[in-house]
Amino acid sequence: MSAAAAQPYEPDISSTKRGGKAARRGVLYLAAIFFSVFAALPFAWMVFTVFKSNQDLYNGQNVPFRFNEGSPTLDNIRLLWNQTNYPTFLQNTVVVSILVVIITLLVAVPAAYSLTRLVGRWGENLGIAIFLVYLIPPTLLFIPMTRVVAVLGLKNSMFSMVVVYPTFTIPFCTWLMMGFFKSVPWDIEEQAMIDGYSRVGAIWRAVLPVSLPGILTVIVFTVALTLHEFVYALAFVTSSSEKPVSTGVTTELIRGDVFFWQSLMAAAAIVAIPVALLYTLFLDRFVAGFTLGAVKG
Amino acid sequence: MASVEVREIVKQFGENAPAVDHISLTAQDGEFLVLLGPSGCGKTTLLRMIGGLEPPTSGDVVIGNHVVTHLPPRARRIAMVFQSYALYPHMSVHDNIAFPLRAQGTPKAEQEKRINWAASILGLDGLMKRKPRQLSGGQRQRVALARALVREPSVFLLDEPLSNLDAQRRASARDELQQFQRSIGTTTIYVTHDQVEAMGMGDRIAVLNLGTVRQIGTPQEIYDDPADTFVATFLGSPPMNLVERGTMLHGFRPEHFSPAAWHDAANPFERFSFVPHREEYLGAERLIYGEVGDEKVVARFPATTQLDFSIGHPVEFGVATRHMRYFDAESGVRSYETP
Repeated sequence: MSAAAAQPYEPDISSTKRGGKAARRGVLYLAAIFFSVFAALPFAWMVFTVFKSNQDLYNGQNVPFRFNEGSPTLDNIRLLWNQTNYPTFLQNTVVVSILVVIITLLVAVPAAYSLTRLVGRWGENLGIAIFLVYLIPPTLLFIPMTRVVAVLGLKNSMFSMVVVYPTFTIPFCTWLMMGFFKSVPWDIEEQAMIDGYSRVGAIWRAVLPVSLPGILTVIVFTVALTLHEFVYALAFVTSSSEKPVSTGVTTELIRGDVFFWQSLMAAAAIVAIPVALLYTLFLDRFVAGFTLGAVKG
Repeated sequence: MASVEVREIVKQFGENAPAVDHISLTAQDGEFLVLLGPSGCGKTTLLRMIGGLEPPTSGDVVIGNHVVTHLPPRARRIAMVFQSYALYPHMSVHDNIAFPLRAQGTPKAEQEKRINWAASILGLDGLMKRKPRQLSGGQRQRVALARALVREPSVFLLDEPLSNLDAQRRASARDELQQFQRSIGTTTIYVTHDQVEAMGMGDRIAVLNLGTVRQIGTPQEIYDDPADTFVATFLGSPPMNLVERGTMLHGFRPEHFSPAAWHDAANPFERFSFVPHREEYLGAERLIYGEVGDEKVVARFPATTQLDFSIGHPVEFGVATRHMRYFDAESGVRSYETP
């Protein structure tokens, strides 16, 4: 006992530090690789399918990730582009997305700002309440929405989507923006007011530039939500020239029980790849480190 | 240049006791006025009302003989430096300093002239292209000051601008800030809870507690002639000793408390039976902690002084009568009668 006490104290960290660290890293990387492959596989499958001929695709012996007889081919993309209304669908989707983004920003940004700054303790709860609206399934909401769309005279027009989509993008994006505004220090807004701007001027010059990552996130999310929305588009728009991609390709490329798989996959890939790029390029670059250095050290 | 005055100003948040309770005070033209008090005393709220960031519940703010109570901050010709410095993180140092000039619509050439002037005063010449996150705490503080200076405001409002600096840097920043204020001569209101900053920098100090001004005066007046026991015990480290005798509190500074034998019989002094408990050696001085009756008191001696008493043994101490301060035991208010 006394001999042990006389020993200088030295914690035994060798086992935790060396062997443990390498093993933990290994497990971490294995898990990361597994989930990356798990997530990427369907996309890879989709991209391979785009360039496959019918003989290749429908032969059960063939590996989905290799090209065989008649592949690769651009025929499927040609079919999509020339024999369906796909360019129109794309155009409609872009127009609807842009308008929905504008409406969402115009409403969600001021709403989120006032909920974080002006209402005080109530803001948080109201924000959550607004977010809950987003959780009501569209399969329930499209029934009352049909009346609204009819009254506005927008039946069978892509502008019905411009009216309806903000009902779920605004709650979601308001809640999203609240998080970003909370991270903007009050001080810089008040400083801008001292420096010579009105409150609105201070928000415009000091708060919004600092919240740019939030605004970009809102844009990306709104575009993504608009792209994958299906139920409302199906319910409100029937004529081909007004349809977005999500309902357009499924009605034109599934004829009875014949699925034009390759062209369907092409339609999906053409939309998915820009969105994926948007996510990786913008978010990573802007989210990190933007508000660093605003206050304190 | 302008004087700043608040008249009977009140700020009440909800049903709570007012954060600022009928304060009236004036900062003269060119004066360095310090608002000193513990956290929650209302000093920052008062500063924010002067700046126009917080509307007063009642009362008025007067800057340069104009009532500005209902004017927005931008119309008050003030500059404010926040505790956090509040630099715009997305802008370079140059653009941060230019910000108030752009807001005013100053012509471009004039802007550059003034930015260079402010940057050279504060030694920021080499840093103009950097972003705030690439600056040290001291550099950020100087950028914030340059941004305040560049629009030539009539009043500076500073809210604990040194509290984010480390101790060493703070001492030199104190010196720089005071020289800077003297050289430009702009009326300055400075909020702090640090008595060293207040004593060292202020032309006058207003001591605040619980939303009211307890005393306003020069650092020496505040230290030597505290108006009540709050001021007496808030300033000084260690603070003034208070010993209750009858209905009065007898107050004296630790540096005036010394063995009775050292006192000259020609000068009257008051006697205390002191039991020293513990000695604290601080390099330049030593503090002797002990008790008079049941009250804890402290004596302060220069480290070079030979002490002829020992810890644990009662010894007769005394304080020259001219250094005694008396307070009403109940209200804590200063009494000018000698009991």
